[in-house]
Amino acid sequence: MNRIDANGRDFRALNEEIRAAGQEILIENCMGQRYIAAGMSGVSLTIQGIPGNALGCYLNGGTIRVHGNAQDQTGDTMNSGTIVVDGSCGDATGYSMRGGKILVRGNAGYRVGIHMKAYREQQPLIVVGGETGSFLGEYQAGGTIIVLGIGSEKKAPVGNLCGTGMHGGKMFLRAEELPADLPPQVAASKATEEDMAEIDGYLEEFCAAFSMEKQSLFDRPFYVLRPNSANPYQNLYTFN
Amino acid sequence: MAINYNIPEYDVLRDPQRCIACRVCERQCANEVHSFDPDSGTMKSDESKCVNCHRCVALCPTHALKIVKNPDTFRLNAYWGQNDISEIYRQAETGGMLLSSMGNPKPYPIYWDKILINASQVTNPSIDPLREPMETRTFLGKKPGAIERNPDGSIKTDSLPPQLKLEVPILFSAMSYGSISYNAHQSLARAAQELGTYYNTGEGGLHEDFYKYGPNTIVQVASGRFGVHHDYLEAGAAIEIKIGQGAKPGIGGHLTGAKITDAVSRTRMIPKGTDAISPAPHHDIYSIEDLRQLVYSLKEATEYKKPIIVKIAAVHNVAAIASGIARSGADIIAIDGFRGGTGAAPTRIRDNVGIPIELALAAVDERLRQEQIRSNVSLIVAGGIRNSADVVKAIALGADAVYIATPALIALGCHLCRTCQIGKCNWGIATQRPDLVKRLNPDIGYKRLMNLVSAWQHEIMEMMGGMGINSIEAMRGNRLMLRGVGLNEKELEILGIKHAGE
Repeated sequence: MNRIDANGRDFRALNEEIRAAGQEILIENCMGQRYIAAGMSGVSLTIQGIPGNALGCYLNGGTIRVHGNAQDQTGDTMNSGTIVVDGSCGDATGYSMRGGKILVRGNAGYRVGIHMKAYREQQPLIVVGGETGSFLGEYQAGGTIIVLGIGSEKKAPVGNLCGTGMHGGKMFLRAEELPADLPPQVAASKATEEDMAEIDGYLEEFCAAFSMEKQSLFDRPFYVLRPNSANPYQNLYTFN
Repeated sequence: MAINYNIPEYDVLRDPQRCIACRVCERQCANEVHSFDPDSGTMKSDESKCVNCHRCVALCPTHALKIVKNPDTFRLNAYWGQNDISEIYRQAETGGMLLSSMGNPKPYPIYWDKILINASQVTNPSIDPLREPMETRTFLGKKPGAIERNPDGSIKTDSLPPQLKLEVPILFSAMSYGSISYNAHQSLARAAQELGTYYNTGEGGLHEDFYKYGPNTIVQVASGRFGVHHDYLEAGAAIEIKIGQGAKPGIGGHLTGAKITDAVSRTRMIPKGTDAISPAPHHDIYSIEDLRQLVYSLKEATEYKKPIIVKIAAVHNVAAIASGIARSGADIIAIDGFRGGTGAAPTRIRDNVGIPIELALAAVDERLRQEQIRSNVSLIVAGGIRNSADVVKAIALGADAVYIATPALIALGCHLCRTCQIGKCNWGIATQRPDLVKRLNPDIGYKRLMNLVSAWQHEIMEMMGGMGINSIEAMRGNRLMLRGVGLNEKELEILGIKHAGE
């Protein structure tokens, strides 16, 4: 494994070193450098410290493990690969991601999974262990978002207006009850056995990543949120 | 309901002496205006479906057809026009927002037509472009603040920021695959390659067949991020962040599921049949600092090899906004005026939001010069460029180059019927219907685009020569070469030009 001391490096120099360093890389003393691994594929990065915004943006394969928190736009427009964050993530985590996985042990900010998509075999996944802020899965067009609410004292571990404009994909919330302000584009129900079977592998992977017991997740119900329509706004217009 | 009967805008006149009932018009009209009546053996027409695209007129072998403004009218009223009334009927019936396409057709002032170009007489003689060198090549991108030299005295060029090299200061503006057809895209791509300029994917991704035109392609990244992935970013010569569009400033885009065919789905990388919604804002941009972050994330992802363009609509505070963008790390700013076209936009937005590109351009160029950051960026202007004189005026007002889209579509056969939104373009441009798409032959299309731009290039050279100018460089921002006619003091002040006779 190649070690890179990020101390005193700006983001451009750091990314150049990552490109030059080969596949297995440990970044130490990371202190807010943005765009780490932007557009890269096939690197296996371990980050000690706190990466800056847009970690793994346009990521096209490989893995990133963060031993700490990440900031905003983690995995922005990511195409494939895996990002695992031991701490929490900021706003717009997984913005518009089309493939790959983002696993966050702690909480995540506002607009998580906004405009997430899917395309053929590319089925993106975000799992947040704790809570998320408002506008979770806004305009979601595909993929799966799971919010587990571990340690959350709220009845639903999400903020306001979850799923506004949703027109594809699914959201799973481990919650006492559904958020009170679900928008009309969302149809929600308790997850069936079939639904749970669909995410079983995802939960398995999440628990394995953070050495947790999967069974402990089933003491609260799971709800599944789906779009009411793939064309939510088709009646908005009249041709002139 | 009788109340919903809208007076057809156009009437179809068929000369029975000429019509031979060959049914060409019937086959050509995707709107199903024409039909054959077997009882009488004659052609009938339903003018209520006519959009006046002139396809039938152009293909009628006996020239039997004419489309004319329908003389049928509501009671004339200087305030309540026919459109005003018809639109209310339409909305009262459907409850829908009115959806239109192409550029703002309303009679707002056209500043291009109130600006005149200078020519040399006697002193500083004009230059004959037919026998003297005339440079229309231009480079777009950030320019260094000072010239640096190597130890041997030669000018250092290896540390220059990335530039787009244009043989002619005209690029094809963003039109997505989805809003226009495969054959239209192919025509644009091939023409851009032959002309030594660029076309722009719009926000619909890049079709796999067109990656080979990458060196002449600008790839767009918009709020929906459709089709954006590493190979796409790598494929383009430049990356354009679309913030706004002149036809619909401040709002997003919405390609309906019906237009997401198999091929469009592959290019946008979304499932077939689902709506492609581009939200109004980028959900990660709330400030110039945030924009800077998107600019640099794209630069990092492509290792600083490509210029980044930020495209905005011309709106009231455009100069201040452009000043921010020029400090965001962007290499090029594209400004799209309120006449800019679109495949679909809410009518009210298209017709009422934004400002004329002439004023926006003059204000932006002036502001960037005052702040001494003009060389941080190149300026591309768009939205209503109609001919080579508009191009010359734009450059003299301060643009580095112009984007054209409507003229390119017209070159391909568009008749500006302004009904792209219904997806039944009889000319094979704004449609995904295979039977219609094949009407546009890209082998002919790209040559027509080349003809158009080459003709404009010659005209630009003639006008430049007339002014005694032999390079785009020397014409850029050269407002002394322009005079206004019929403009008030304020307009002249904003345009930064004198009145004719001064």
